[in-house]
Amino acid sequence: MTATTLERTSAGDPRDAEASYLTAETTVASWLLTRDHKRIALLFFASITVFFFVGGLAATLIRLNLATPEGLLQPAVYNRMFTMHGIIMVWFFLIPSIPTTFGNFFIPLMIGARDLAFPRVNLLSWYVFNLSGLVVLYSLLMGGADAGWTFYVPLSASFANGYIFAAAMAVFINGFSSIMTSLNFIVTIHRLRAPGMTWLRLPLFVWGIYAVSVVMLTATPVLAMDMFLLSVERFIGVGMFDPTRGGDPILWQHMFWFYSHPAVYIMILPAMGIVSEIIPCYARRPIFGYTGMVLALMAIVILSFFVWAHHMFVAGISIYAGVFFSLTSFFVAVPSAIKVFNWTVSLHKGRIVFDAPMLYCLGFVLLFTVGGVTGLMVATLPVDVHVHDTYFVIAHFHYIMVGATVSAYFAALHYWWPKMTGRLYSEGWARFAAILTYVGFNLTFFPQFILGYLGMPRRTYTYPAEWQPWNVLSSAGASILAIAYALPLLYLGWSLFWGRKASANPWGATGLEWTTASPPPEHNFERTPTVVHEPYRYDPEHDTFVSQEGSSHAR
Amino acid sequence: MYHWIPFWPDTAAVNADVVNALYVAELVVSGLIVATVAAMILIFGIRYRRGSDASRANLVQKTWRFELGWTAATLGAFLILFVWGAGIYIWLFQAPAGDEEVYVVGKRWMWKVEHPGGQREINALHVPVGKTIRVVMASEDVIHSFFVPAFRVKRDVVPGTLEAIWFKPNKTGTFRLECTQFCGLQHATMWGSVIVMTPADYGRWLTEQGVHKSLAEQGRDIFMAHGCSGCHGENSTVHAPSLAGLYGTYVHLQDGSVRFADEAYIRDCILTPRTFTVAGYPPVMPDFSGQLGEDDLLKLVAYIKSIGRNAESGR
Repeated sequence: MTATTLERTSAGDPRDAEASYLTAETTVASWLLTRDHKRIALLFFASITVFFFVGGLAATLIRLNLATPEGLLQPAVYNRMFTMHGIIMVWFFLIPSIPTTFGNFFIPLMIGARDLAFPRVNLLSWYVFNLSGLVVLYSLLMGGADAGWTFYVPLSASFANGYIFAAAMAVFINGFSSIMTSLNFIVTIHRLRAPGMTWLRLPLFVWGIYAVSVVMLTATPVLAMDMFLLSVERFIGVGMFDPTRGGDPILWQHMFWFYSHPAVYIMILPAMGIVSEIIPCYARRPIFGYTGMVLALMAIVILSFFVWAHHMFVAGISIYAGVFFSLTSFFVAVPSAIKVFNWTVSLHKGRIVFDAPMLYCLGFVLLFTVGGVTGLMVATLPVDVHVHDTYFVIAHFHYIMVGATVSAYFAALHYWWPKMTGRLYSEGWARFAAILTYVGFNLTFFPQFILGYLGMPRRTYTYPAEWQPWNVLSSAGASILAIAYALPLLYLGWSLFWGRKASANPWGATGLEWTTASPPPEHNFERTPTVVHEPYRYDPEHDTFVSQEGSSHAR
Repeated sequence: MYHWIPFWPDTAAVNADVVNALYVAELVVSGLIVATVAAMILIFGIRYRRGSDASRANLVQKTWRFELGWTAATLGAFLILFVWGAGIYIWLFQAPAGDEEVYVVGKRWMWKVEHPGGQREINALHVPVGKTIRVVMASEDVIHSFFVPAFRVKRDVVPGTLEAIWFKPNKTGTFRLECTQFCGLQHATMWGSVIVMTPADYGRWLTEQGVHKSLAEQGRDIFMAHGCSGCHGENSTVHAPSLAGLYGTYVHLQDGSVRFADEAYIRDCILTPRTFTVAGYPPVMPDFSGQLGEDDLLKLVAYIKSIGRNAESGR
């Protein structure tokens, strides 16, 4: 398939004459003071790309160190590297990644709005994010924090001597950016839908962003309290978490995971939205069970708040609390399982095109399934007792948060790249990068399941020599993964200058975002579109599709 | 049983056999789920690729029937795994009295072990095979986690309380003992060995460690030195609850609550007695928090437990 099979914008189209959002104004100030959601999305994209590679650099050092049993780095440096890797990747890449970039760019376009509800708040969110980013970089450059990204007390409050306060403040400030962005999305999706865009006609990406915004808005304040209390404890020592003064170290874990388990769903829900968007487009058939997908998303939102203590099965909580949280953890796996089966069956009787976004999405489904079934294992109490705090858990959550989420992120980047930039990338290179990501990822993280069951503890700079073969495999995989993640920088960057111009709807997709020009004009739509259909009206039998605003097209 | 699999850890305790069985069952279920998804993607991907001329007529409309099907199937399978796991966990996390007892203190970055006979070791734990071992654990500083992969046993050691776990080794040998909770700079080097010996060898090892006062006797010295015996002693005139036979009983407190007198309760009572005033007694005991290290506390606890047992056997 090539993009030229579909030329809907003729040369005489008035939309071509209108300047795109990229060229409407060109001064630096017009970017830094913009209130256009599309430009803010690109600003966020630049910021989180920087953090992705900073966090990736820390990961590179970690895997380099673990290639030999003795290690390469000083213990203090290694401890700071895994701490900063966690903090930067979780709060400065994974959590903001999809909502602030693709959410920002496409939510208004997909629901037929001119912008988000609060454009100035949106810009402020970017500045707050960068402020928190500067603070975390300060923490990193001064030597880094050294208590793990989970900041467990009393280690973090009384014993560790790294830049923990700076790191905690970075996370604290970062939370305000999350709250602003999520509030903006919720109000926008409630209030600014185009006529006819009923709730059950929303594309599933919009549902994914709506779901994640609800979790972000309700969970992030708890994180702010956590970080505030930790700072107070570290500086003044009120004894909140100190057992010698009547405090309780377990209290920190409850409060931390009350945010940080929902945070896992903050990372995966928008990714689920993306995959639900892309699979129908490339399978050329409607998504299997739209309503079921929406219900599953919202079920995850609710259940995600009742599973936090499954991080604490060996921490000294009551046995019966352990049993309760094991049960809820099994429950939260059910909607995820439904989604996996629905995505898979969405291939049935399709006309499947294996372009790069689709390859990334199929990779997502497989990696998410492996992450999911190992999630069942860690939800099973006695198995978790054995694998808790070992590399098994590391492998499990990297399958979900990196294998799945980052694959979806790259899927979205490729899928919407022509819309965002007006250019087409090299399909061959993109497919190569997608396959390389899948291979490199499995090679990196699958050996860690085995290491974990053998008993290799996490956060150790040295290990017994008999575990070296698995660690070498993992480090080798990491170097492949690094190439696979860096490749898109090259060919996507190349496409900006030399790529072919993209038509309005190069993939033949049904969403409203594809009815505007590529790249879209500053104000998105000439007139507010009227929605007459549910999304994903692809007809595999006749190879046609109907856009949400009602126009039929042959593929 | 699994020793021929190069990526399988040692299995050297009854706890581990039980966990292994569950883990293997989960591997099978997981393998089936992943294989199903992968096979569907592969089959649909080939049959319905863009170029193929397979029929695309009559797409499934009533998707909810299928969704209901796999909701029920997954929920059923998950509930079986949950019940199986919960049963084991309840059994695994309630430490019985045990044939042998051992006290472990986690400290950055070492495991200090004290046997009831007064034998001490660091980063090593000698135990007899075929006996139920009860491990009472304390931390002197941050949270550590006591983990023996070959036994599939792990428990965080949280400062400010005592935790008890148990295992029953069924194979002699040397197995790795780890700390799995990140505890600072040299966390990676906080590991040692569990040496499982035949009872005869173990008995010989105990005697070879030289003559010591037993842990309870050392505790008795502390009990005297800190003046505990002045009130809790048998001939005391102060109205204080007797400690004989206390361990393992239920205690009625002034506030109406009932507490089980395990090691953690005894430790809490020593440190913050006013929080645990026993019904019918005046709240006169001074606070010992900050005055006793974890080592001394464990010895006191061992002593108080021992007077419980002596009284019981005397009856």
